Amino acid sequence: MQAPVNHIIGLTSIVRERQLPISGTVIARVGQKVSSGDVVAETNLAREHVLLDVARALRVSPTVADSLVKFKLHDRIAASAEIAVGKGLFPRSVRAPREGRVVAVGGGQVLMEVGETKMELRAGIPGTIIELLPNRGVVIQTAGALIQGVWGNGRVDSGLLMNLAEKPDSILTASRLDVSMRGTVILAGIVKDADALQAAADLPVRGLILSSLYPSLLQLAREMRYPIMVTDGFGPLPMNSAAYKLLSTNAKRDVTVNAEVYDRYTGARPEVIIPLPIASDPPPLREVETFAPGLQVRMRRPPALGMIGSIVLLKPGLTTLPSGLRAFAAEVKLENGETVVAPLVNLEVVG
Amino acid sequence: MPSSLVDGNSLLAVDVGAANTRAVFFDVVEGEYRFVASGSAPSTAEAPFKDVIEGVRAAISNLQAVLGRSLLDGSRDLITPSQPNGSGADALVVTLSAGPTIRTVIVGLLKDVSLESARRLSESTYSRVVETIGLNDRRKPDQQIDSILRARPDLVVITGGTDGGASRSIKKLLEPVGLASFLLPEEKRPAVLFAGNQKMEEAIKELLKSQTASLHFSPNVRPSLETEDLEPAQRELARMFVNIRKRQVKGVELLDLWSGGHILPTGYATGRMVRFLAKVYGTNKGILSVDVGASATVISAGFKGKSTLNIYPQFGLGENLTGLLNYTTLEDILRWSVLDISAGVLRDYLYQKSLYPSAISATKEDLAMSQAVARQALYLAMQSARRDFPRNIASIKPTLAPLFEPILAGGGALSDASRPGQSLLLLLDSLQPVGVTTVILDQNNLLPLLGAAASQNNILPVQVLESGAFLSVGTVVSPVVSASYGTPVLRAKLTYSNGAEARVDLKYGSIEALPLASGETGSLSLQCLHGADVGFGPGRGGSIPVSGGALGVVFDGRGRPLDLPADGVRRRELIKKWIWTLGGE
Repeated sequence: MQAPVNHIIGLTSIVRERQLPISGTVIARVGQKVSSGDVVAETNLAREHVLLDVARALRVSPTVADSLVKFKLHDRIAASAEIAVGKGLFPRSVRAPREGRVVAVGGGQVLMEVGETKMELRAGIPGTIIELLPNRGVVIQTAGALIQGVWGNGRVDSGLLMNLAEKPDSILTASRLDVSMRGTVILAGIVKDADALQAAADLPVRGLILSSLYPSLLQLAREMRYPIMVTDGFGPLPMNSAAYKLLSTNAKRDVTVNAEVYDRYTGARPEVIIPLPIASDPPPLREVETFAPGLQVRMRRPPALGMIGSIVLLKPGLTTLPSGLRAFAAEVKLENGETVVAPLVNLEVVG
Repeated sequence: MPSSLVDGNSLLAVDVGAANTRAVFFDVVEGEYRFVASGSAPSTAEAPFKDVIEGVRAAISNLQAVLGRSLLDGSRDLITPSQPNGSGADALVVTLSAGPTIRTVIVGLLKDVSLESARRLSESTYSRVVETIGLNDRRKPDQQIDSILRARPDLVVITGGTDGGASRSIKKLLEPVGLASFLLPEEKRPAVLFAGNQKMEEAIKELLKSQTASLHFSPNVRPSLETEDLEPAQRELARMFVNIRKRQVKGVELLDLWSGGHILPTGYATGRMVRFLAKVYGTNKGILSVDVGASATVISAGFKGKSTLNIYPQFGLGENLTGLLNYTTLEDILRWSVLDISAGVLRDYLYQKSLYPSAISATKEDLAMSQAVARQALYLAMQSARRDFPRNIASIKPTLAPLFEPILAGGGALSDASRPGQSLLLLLDSLQPVGVTTVILDQNNLLPLLGAAASQNNILPVQVLESGAFLSVGTVVSPVVSASYGTPVLRAKLTYSNGAEARVDLKYGSIEALPLASGETGSLSLQCLHGADVGFGPGRGGSIPVSGGALGVVFDGRGRPLDLPADGVRRRELIKKWIWTLGGE
């Protein structure tokens, strides 16, 4: 049976596509070295639209109104600019209520987009641009350690990694954060209180890497302007040992937290990248494995939720679980020495 | 042998669900179609696979192992038609529910008329209404445009106007829809279904044709103010769903090719089967089918002359699980739990489980939570679906569930339950049936596949249904009565076909069962006490023939609506007792 892979790996080659949601301009060039915060593409995004009923305002037919409109598609219009003027001794006129751009004209109406803002697409990971996606974005390659998580708040930033988690189930409280941590990425464990997230924002930090977050804090976490990545899930979960070991041994290195929102259909996942110097290209990532004895796995559901172990044996046929359900299962030797039987659908390969 | 049984063609049916993909083989055995075997594998619509074909091939491979017959060739393509060496299948049908919820904008004139029809229509597929535009909308057109753009719809459903009726108001409503669609990049434009005033087809084409991904028409869902006919529009919507999925999910196009276009949304295929059953087997009672799965909870009911189909992704047990809390509370879910679990633990469970929809309960505590969640999801779905049931249907009390015969139940949550008694209690708790009904478990989730197969072979569904491929749990007797706990409310005598007798005195608040094996029949005499009503009228008894099942004849004396004790310890004790009575532990 095929197995999904959660990447927690000390050295690998990482290739990521970064794309604008709509068409725009790609600024980066092939071969360019970028850091995670560099802008690689940009576009203008209008947040609002204004529909002007010229025919109605001028009291003319739609055809006549169309002939009176002074602007055409894509024209920029200044605020208060005269869009159309009627005829007669005291002609009525239609003016632009705000600065904007014409996106549709016809049927006696003008549709403008207003409130345009520039949208910048950042590289998200440090590396080299290896391909341009015309009008959309870039493909970036880098080498280093990769730790994927299960939840991200959609932000990205880089900084020096500081370890505040003495153990995988440490709890981060506001009192543990001080001014010496400003501008760093904090490796922490569990966050239970809003104060801790707020204190991190007040410093500010450049990122939080958490083992777990209480569900009641998800909305606040989404509002934070620094990236937050959760490695294991929700509630009081310790960090899995593979992620904890890799992250804690890389303290004081520069890391990038790309806390992308997890999208199960595109495969976008929040991740931490630790760029490392390489002599030769490391092997690329394997997205899918086949369950087999010896593979390192992580438990996705109880028993031993979040623990790492290795498959000892794939059980033949269907196995009856303690819940009474029957499923294809494996014997997994956990890192604490205990052996458990787990359904294969509850396992993911770590590597 | 029936004449339309085309040379005994074999049929492979595949259901691609959000969590699991199942492959089922039907063939002619001793002159009649039978369910032969099934295989399943985790679905692969999501990353890292991002291609449903992977899961389909894995499910077929597992089926091959059970069948001892090759269905895939060396390049892992389907062998069709069947070969002289016994490999392959003659035809393939597919049902599909995997993929993201379809974001839908509904447009109509009046809130209680055409918009209500649009809502019902969109509930017949895996959709979520993200924006509503109607006559009473006070927003300016440009605000409506921005709302539609923010909603990022995959689908727009437009209703309104009786045939030859209002057209100007509809055109006005469609302006923001057309403009918003025009502003979207071509590949992100929604598909549009117009199911309103039929005289407007040309005008609608002119207004919207160039601005949508695809424009579809169906007969008016409201040809007049008094009549509603959703069926033709549901059929068109089912086709559109498959087309939307082709754009969204890799592999659906290939499945469509393999099956020669015989691909249907799972819920729609179930609804089709229920409609058929209501027509062929319907009595004055309705036929009810419920399916609690990862992608949605589906309630399909067939009554004389009218069927309803409600697909609720918001009550699905997969990726939308955390959204359940928008409709209910943790405490309301926990009232169903057999174990003492805190609200915090349940909340963490919901969030964690939504990360891994295909994961299953390996421990007893996990199972207790998943069963409690499934109960509440099905309970909410049933409450919502009841709004759309026709009036004047057979019932004991209008505020309670109508009378059904039988109740068919399938989906991951029910086939996950390790014992039939667990599944039955889940159904009794959440559906709260009344009177006398038969409960049938669709353990292999065959019903939608039979609905899809009907388009290929109309004999197959009938013969498979009658072949015992479904598990009859038994006959359930649920008196409607109000009494204090422990008061006798029903006396029953079951006379077996060999003349033996068994009796039960049902007390209020308890569940009892009398054995009657599958395939056996008996006569059940009921004496109603304290004004209890099992469908003969308050306090009136009678005799009925009953058929057996895994649990025989079950008597649910807990009253309707079910009122569980507020005290947690007592409640959990009672739940344990009920599970124990039904053969659980």
